[in-house]
Amino acid sequence: MRREKVDVLIVGGGAAGLAAAISATKEGVKTVLLERDRSTGGVLNQCIHNGFGLHVYKEELTGPEFMERMWDELKEDVIRPNYTVLEIKPKTREVVTLSEEGLVIFEVKALVMATGARERPLSSLQIPGSRVAGVYTAGVAQKMVNIYNRLPGRKVLIVGSGDIGLIMARRLKIEGMDVVGVVEIMPEPGGLIRNVVQCLEDFEIPLWLSHTVVEIHGDQRLNAVTIAKVDKNKKPIPGTERKIKVDTLVTSVGLIPQNELIEGFVEMDPINKGPIIDEFMRTSIKWIFAAGNNVAIHDLVDFVYEEGKIAGYYAALISKNEKLPDSDKRFLRGQNVGVLLPQRFSQKKSFKIYLRPLKSFKKSILKFDDKVIRKFNWRIRPSEMIDLVVKDFNNFGPNVTVEVNEID
Amino acid sequence: MIKKMTCISCPIGCELTVFVNGEIKVEGNRCPRGLEYAKNEVTNPKRILTISVKVEDGVMELVSAKTDKPVPKKMLHEIIEYIKGLKIKAPVKRGDIIVNDILSTGANLVATRTVLKKD
Amino acid sequence: MKVFIVGAGISGSLIARELSKYDIEVHIVEKAPDIGWGVTKANSAIVHGGYDDPPGSVRAMFAAYGNKLYDELSKELDFSFKRVGSLVVAFKEEDMEYLKELKKQGRENKVEDLEILEKTELKKKEPNLSDKVIAALWCPTAGITEPWDVAMAAIENAVENGAMLHLGESVKDIVVKDGKVSKIITDKAEYKVDVIINAAGLFADEIAKMVKVANFEIFPRKGEYILLDKKLKGLVNSVVFPTPTKKSKGILVVPTVDGGILLGPNAVDLPKEKKYDLSTTRDGLDEVYVKSKKLVPKIDISYTIKTFAGLRPETKEKDFIIGPTKVWGFVNVAGIRSPGLTAAPAIAKYVVEKIFPEDLKINLQRKKHFNPYRKKIPNIKEVGLEEWEKLVKKDPRFGRTVCFCNNVSEGEIVEAIRRGARTLDGVKFRTRASFGRCQGGFCSLKIMEIISRELNIPIEEIKLNYEKSWIMDGKVRV
Repeated sequence: MRREKVDVLIVGGGAAGLAAAISATKEGVKTVLLERDRSTGGVLNQCIHNGFGLHVYKEELTGPEFMERMWDELKEDVIRPNYTVLEIKPKTREVVTLSEEGLVIFEVKALVMATGARERPLSSLQIPGSRVAGVYTAGVAQKMVNIYNRLPGRKVLIVGSGDIGLIMARRLKIEGMDVVGVVEIMPEPGGLIRNVVQCLEDFEIPLWLSHTVVEIHGDQRLNAVTIAKVDKNKKPIPGTERKIKVDTLVTSVGLIPQNELIEGFVEMDPINKGPIIDEFMRTSIKWIFAAGNNVAIHDLVDFVYEEGKIAGYYAALISKNEKLPDSDKRFLRGQNVGVLLPQRFSQKKSFKIYLRPLKSFKKSILKFDDKVIRKFNWRIRPSEMIDLVVKDFNNFGPNVTVEVNEID
Repeated sequence: MIKKMTCISCPIGCELTVFVNGEIKVEGNRCPRGLEYAKNEVTNPKRILTISVKVEDGVMELVSAKTDKPVPKKMLHEIIEYIKGLKIKAPVKRGDIIVNDILSTGANLVATRTVLKKD
Repeated sequence: MKVFIVGAGISGSLIARELSKYDIEVHIVEKAPDIGWGVTKANSAIVHGGYDDPPGSVRAMFAAYGNKLYDELSKELDFSFKRVGSLVVAFKEEDMEYLKELKKQGRENKVEDLEILEKTELKKKEPNLSDKVIAALWCPTAGITEPWDVAMAAIENAVENGAMLHLGESVKDIVVKDGKVSKIITDKAEYKVDVIINAAGLFADEIAKMVKVANFEIFPRKGEYILLDKKLKGLVNSVVFPTPTKKSKGILVVPTVDGGILLGPNAVDLPKEKKYDLSTTRDGLDEVYVKSKKLVPKIDISYTIKTFAGLRPETKEKDFIIGPTKVWGFVNVAGIRSPGLTAAPAIAKYVVEKIFPEDLKINLQRKKHFNPYRKKIPNIKEVGLEEWEKLVKKDPRFGRTVCFCNNVSEGEIVEAIRRGARTLDGVKFRTRASFGRCQGGFCSLKIMEIISRELNIPIEEIKLNYEKSWIMDGKVRV
């Protein structure tokens, strides 16, 4: 068992982790990034579509391009691929890892968690029917097609209109599969409207809103699914069932932040399903930072990258024994606010906050306590994360209620 | 004529109202790209195409690629079928031009990742 | 002397292992592509105390003894087995009578140590039980295991001791000559045979028909289950039963050996022809959820990892059918419904130590060099960090994690393939890779890559489990 001392240890080599490594190394501290896969980049490897990088690189890039840009930015070789973290010991600041060299225990001054999210598997939704081959999460289907050069089947229904679901509808259609449609249980698409337009409308793929899969059919391999319309409570309406012959089901029914390594000792936010953080991306434990989709599910890799940069920078400062101000102020969720971060802040400098409304509003205002901070003259939706920079907090108390209200 | 559409130039997705009366006027856009998008959309809609190209002797079987400019939407099918027949040899570098001026669209097909040669 | 065992489920596998202690030729024929994929794969995974089978039934005779055999068996075959104990809980005063009855019955079945616990004591043991529970029958000897692993371990050990396994081979006919079994005909070959053990689970009646001794019929009884995440570890520590009904033991809440929580099963009788119907139903899953929540109100369905169904081989007699038939050499081990997993080690001993010498008058000779031990595929959680590091130093593939939810390394997957895994499920049931909360989202393609490399077959030919369960459909770009 080997021991190694590092200043900043980053767990996860997706966009957040790589960005954290870029900023931490710039501060001249000893940084190590652990990646459990054989190379870094995470999901960017397989996201060959464009739409990345408009904020960060001021260019519209594909996933692999964004990933390679980050590799170019990272000047030092700090990446350790094929390293799995087995345990984090908060008392001793030790991180126990397994790799081909055996067990390595890292003694760290600061830690950045950038462990991302995993896809919710369809099996967790309790849809009755056969358990057959031919049911894939959108991410698995994407990896199969774009990395493994293999098609998942011939005729496919997409379940869930999250962004990867929409992207995969188009991708599979381009590669010659018969894409019969996309079903979405909610009355609105789960992904960005831009993806509804360019992935579905452009390729004449139908989108069935307020619909869900109620049964899976097949003997060994999928051969059909039954879909049905749902009522306001998302319950299938009897009599609306329709059986559709498909050999493949691709599911995009949600992402789950992965926090298994820290949730036992770090304060968690039940709505974001990630650690509670402040504007420095610091968790409730002063030397543990977190960034990216493990904090909350983001829409844009650009946001994830920016958070990673912040986390890496402040983790480096902490590792140099610099003090950060206490984050003794908090944001409280008021009306219509779902995902919200950071949840704590120190009011010492301006920072960005992200939030999702719980409902879709044509015109609305965002308020801090009773003060209007931003007016939205355009439609805002739960599927589209709102980002705004906050500057002045002088007139607020230690608890600021964040609220979205509809206006005429 | 009045047309409603969602701008897809960036992930924000502005809801545009386009007035076509000889001159094209646009409302709802939050940046100049929205105006350009709307103009194209009513005259000759264009899209960036992202796709994979077969690589021989590479550490991966495919290299991801994109058109470096939007190409006419109505030509997408033809371009896709053309790309499916392509084969290139590793190594490929990000930014390498795989096809110059693909099907005379004025756009190049460029590699979007690096695929090293298999040893 | 040539013995063919039809069926590599829990009964057939343990009989094969028991027979492999003797100097005879043992074959196991299994129509599925892997071991333990029938009834064995999908049940509650409980080694019952043995108190609730009617005294005097064949079931009662085998269950209590089978339970006792599990300690030694699990040591020799190195499978997971934990005596976590079981509770039958009472909600009403009239249930108390039932508990007392059960306790008495247990004594008749020679199950000792049964105890009725009052509420306060019970709450200490299981704090998450419903407040409405007034008492429970505590059986400390009940245990949990992984039935498919018991079957695989037994077969591995039997094969190590000379038995021959024929997977993916289906018995089509049996030739009887002069009142004795003479030939077994499969879809692949014909074999001369002296003794046939019919351990074909749901299909035992069809095998018995081939020698015209089918005086029983097997009906599939479906049980649906919900598996919850390991994050709920400790929700219950022992197996929790409601007061049973006439038809079944009811819907239980069971801790699994790797820390998950299993809910189920319901009991739905299917028509005879539905022996392949493993589909779940809305009503069934709802029933499982509602009834298990009555026992343990804290059950949170949002922790569901997956749902599945299993079929149990039920007969009109509701009892095991074990013994010789009027065709010499044809032995039934049929109708092994609950508590079949518990009884199986005792059944295996009975077949080999009683039926062979007493009914068939065959004198079996012990092998000189029988090796009773099988080692399981090592896993980091069970082996511990220091031992694991030694393994990695010998073979770095044990340091390369493939399944992150359950910490399964490439080394384990390669070993599973060496032991016969050919499919994703073959790897999953041997290593627990892709058994966890992401259900293979991160590792299934990597596992396929490893199978493809190790067996030198194209990746698109790898199946999920059965022959027609294809996963990939050719190349995107040729």
